[in-house]
Amino acid sequence: MLSIVEKDLGTPKRENTELVTLSIDGREVTVPAGTSVMRAAALSDVKIPKLCATELLDAFGSCRLCLVQIEGMKGLPASCTTPVAPGMKVTTQTKQLADIRRGVMELYISDHPLDCLTCPANGHCELQDMAGVVGLREVRYGYEGANHLTAEKDTSNPYFTFDASKCIVCSRCVRACDEQQGTLALTIQNRGFDSTVSASQNVPFMDSECVSCGACVQACPTATLSENTLIEKGQAEHSVTTTCAYCGVGCSFRAEMKGEEVMRMVPNMDGHANHGHSCVKGRFAIGYATHADRIVKPMIRATISDPWREVSWEEAIGHAASELKRIQAKYGRDSIGGITSSRCTNEETYIVQKLVRAGFGNNNVDTCARVCHSPTGYGLKNTIGESAGTQNFDSVMKADVILIIGANPTDAHPVFASQMKRRLRQGAKLIVADPRSIDLVRTPPRIAAEQHLKLRPGTNVALLNSLAHVIVTEGLVNEDFVRARCEAPAFERWRAFAAQENNSPEAMQAITGVPAADVRAAARLYATGGNGAIYYGLGVTEHSQGSTAVMGIANLAMATGNLGREGVGVSPLRGQNNVQGSCDMGSFPHEFTGYRHVADDAVRQTFENDWGVTLRSDPGLRIPNMFEAALDGEFKALYIEGEDIAQSDPDTQHVTAALRSMECIIVQDLFLNESAKFAHVFLPGSSFLEKDGTFTNAERRVSRVRKVMQPKAGYADWEITQLLSNAIGFPMHYSHPSEIMDEIARLTPTFSGVSFARIDELGSIQWPCNAEHPEGTPTMHVGEFVRGKGKFLVTEYVPSAEKVTARFPLILTTGRILSQYNVGAQTRRTDNSRWHPEDLLEIHPHDADERGIAEGDWVGIASRAGDTVLRARVTDRVQPGVVYTTFHFPDSGANVITTDNSDWATNCPEYKVTAVQATRVSQPSEWQKRFREFSDTQESLLKHADVMYVGK
Amino acid sequence: MNSDAPRSAPHGGAGHGSSAQLVKMANDIGDYFRAEPKREDAIAGIANHIVKYWTKRMREKITAHVQQEGDAGLNELPREALRRLIVQQAAAPQSPAH
Repeated sequence: MLSIVEKDLGTPKRENTELVTLSIDGREVTVPAGTSVMRAAALSDVKIPKLCATELLDAFGSCRLCLVQIEGMKGLPASCTTPVAPGMKVTTQTKQLADIRRGVMELYISDHPLDCLTCPANGHCELQDMAGVVGLREVRYGYEGANHLTAEKDTSNPYFTFDASKCIVCSRCVRACDEQQGTLALTIQNRGFDSTVSASQNVPFMDSECVSCGACVQACPTATLSENTLIEKGQAEHSVTTTCAYCGVGCSFRAEMKGEEVMRMVPNMDGHANHGHSCVKGRFAIGYATHADRIVKPMIRATISDPWREVSWEEAIGHAASELKRIQAKYGRDSIGGITSSRCTNEETYIVQKLVRAGFGNNNVDTCARVCHSPTGYGLKNTIGESAGTQNFDSVMKADVILIIGANPTDAHPVFASQMKRRLRQGAKLIVADPRSIDLVRTPPRIAAEQHLKLRPGTNVALLNSLAHVIVTEGLVNEDFVRARCEAPAFERWRAFAAQENNSPEAMQAITGVPAADVRAAARLYATGGNGAIYYGLGVTEHSQGSTAVMGIANLAMATGNLGREGVGVSPLRGQNNVQGSCDMGSFPHEFTGYRHVADDAVRQTFENDWGVTLRSDPGLRIPNMFEAALDGEFKALYIEGEDIAQSDPDTQHVTAALRSMECIIVQDLFLNESAKFAHVFLPGSSFLEKDGTFTNAERRVSRVRKVMQPKAGYADWEITQLLSNAIGFPMHYSHPSEIMDEIARLTPTFSGVSFARIDELGSIQWPCNAEHPEGTPTMHVGEFVRGKGKFLVTEYVPSAEKVTARFPLILTTGRILSQYNVGAQTRRTDNSRWHPEDLLEIHPHDADERGIAEGDWVGIASRAGDTVLRARVTDRVQPGVVYTTFHFPDSGANVITTDNSDWATNCPEYKVTAVQATRVSQPSEWQKRFREFSDTQESLLKHADVMYVGK
Repeated sequence: MNSDAPRSAPHGGAGHGSSAQLVKMANDIGDYFRAEPKREDAIAGIANHIVKYWTKRMREKITAHVQQEGDAGLNELPREALRRLIVQQAAAPQSPAH
């Protein structure tokens, strides 16, 4: 079922500058060429009955309800599959058509349960609606014949139910799985009367290939596929458009509400990033927002061995402010700092960095992008001039060659992956550079990478240099583009570097492990295959040469002229929902909003004038520097908004040692997360459903987040930061987040045209949005680069300091899985854990055999930083010598193993390369035992406090 | 770190003090800039990067390390860059204490 507020025009919109005028029931209609008669009719408010058609899917023409009469055409064509033509005269209502439609409905209803009053689809069932539209008054065939009314329900999926007794075999679910999601998990099995919808080989949905994106549920015109919330609680009564708080795709959703309770999340058909599609997280995994674990009262304690004490907001804020001031008075102004959140809104992020810079009087502010995409900011800024991706997602539909490096879109950015798969099924070529066989390498039917460059972890730069070598030495450089658009001396220097024999694929093969012939074929395809588009993720950035690899990617795109138009570009796939936004908002210690250095006197002056304070011109501490300073006794207090550094940051024991050494840690979050177990003040935060604001996705798209319920703890996060700022003596007087965005726009040239009103008007805005680009900028660097001329940078390969040895012979690399999100604080508190209840260690059969490890065995993984124990998954997805795990569960201790090696430019941790040994063991690691004991103690200190939970 | 030895204690042990970490960071920056064809450009690039992204305190610590322990642990290019920063700092007017 579509959203309660959406009108389904029957077939997809067609983009065409050529317009066609026709007549429908005597009304003149003008639509783009290629539009269906059905859609043209709907656009002119002529309703043609339909069942198998929906705007989300290509026309199918099976139900025969939408037949029309067209002058000069034989028979009665289906309006969904008939395109408009100039001068066409269409009649939608005649006695003959009415009789046929009524006859069709009689057949449907003769095999359908007549339980409309108690049916979950009552009130929005398209079958019920059509029965009314055609004037069905009797079913001449009766109801006693063969039927499907006793078909069993499939309730295996935690989020939706499949009731085959209500199925009309319209194939909308099957087509949604094919066209929208691209998983092809559903089929119609058997023929004629025996036709039924089948998940995989007719197994329960939960056991099938279904990824629970919900596209089939949304497409179903009856109650055959229904959300369980709809079954249990009935329909929503109003809808609010907002933006998903999971990954960097930033899907637009309609939160369908009954009072203050969310009934369903329905992807918005008008959503500019997702076009009506979603994944299992965004559509279904929102139960965390009202989970019993949520803490909704502020708490304080003197030491982390004390029980928490529930206090008033006034006392909590007063205590926090007093501690911050005490510590600054004792240890100096630089002894405190803050961390902004990529899960919070732009406005909330902005005022945290403002609090630190203006209220704390230093620049000790950083954000979790430090540990994911900070190299993107550095690498792209220094080559093409802006710290952001160059395209919108729709650009992929014009790509001819897609090069994915170090990203796993089907798991981490599933909605964009579906769009990418659509393009690949249309014939675009695919190159994957990844140590693992990600799903996109081969997804039958019709998706198979031309090249899978299965490189060794840590050798991205070597691979990129060898690709560059082929482009330079085989005459594949787009000389005209480079001459017109790039700095000549820098290019010549880079060309000479890339041409060096030590960068050839043959020379690099020993380092990367990738056959030279494959590299040469991939380089030729990318350079000559038409529009070449690069998409990359944390498999590029989270390395000691993360920034160098980003530069290498930009070099390749510039050298081949693959920038500055649709279908090409360099697109970082951002991890968390507002990573782009948190970076844009001045969260890095050296930058104000819009990536302008604090040492820039003119920029700093504008902020000083606006904020009425003197600001520091020297950069502050990055997150890892904060830990070092804490262990040195110089950094004593930290305000953390919506991050969990104790779980997400590398070398856990180092991080927790730093946290223990501080005197005041203030955590603002929904739950007692791992970092909060080291905290002295807990300020209960608000979920994305409880506040207004904006998120900025990986396409630079600024979208509205809208409040659908009151904050459970009384305040939205921006209000809490404002209370704290006022308490420490730097007053803030915002009455609504729109005022914060107005300030951001006033102080940030790339945001000068952004306001809540303007976003409401346009739906979303891709920055830069200013006088030059009043409706935003879908494609950047058109005509010239943001920095003027593009700058090629030399990218010498420097091996990671993390080396395999006889003692640590394997390389561990880490990643994500579809059903869980980041540290799992949200998804672990939903039924998504049924798909992924624990982190596993993927190990190649060869390595497993050598160690006597079988599927499901406990495996001890030891690195130079620490050790932990996980269960084994023996799989050839990983190559010999490489093991892989996720980090969604705190007691897995994935980051106990990772080291503090980091990117040379940004200190982004090298999560992707850790030398380890794996051995079969029989019990948890010592760290895990200590962790469990500490965690139990902390939870008992929380219970002892009799703290107010949502569930109470 | 190429040895098999477990990393030093996570609680701020001698091998994990901030000076050692800063030396490692400076060397990492040096490893990138060593590709510059001109040595002068490499040294300037390293110095500029440290000024642009390191806190004043971090700079003070590593320059103190250079002054007290000479070139201990530092590679040639970052060492030279830091020596130049020391000279620049000495020549620059004192900023007010924070």
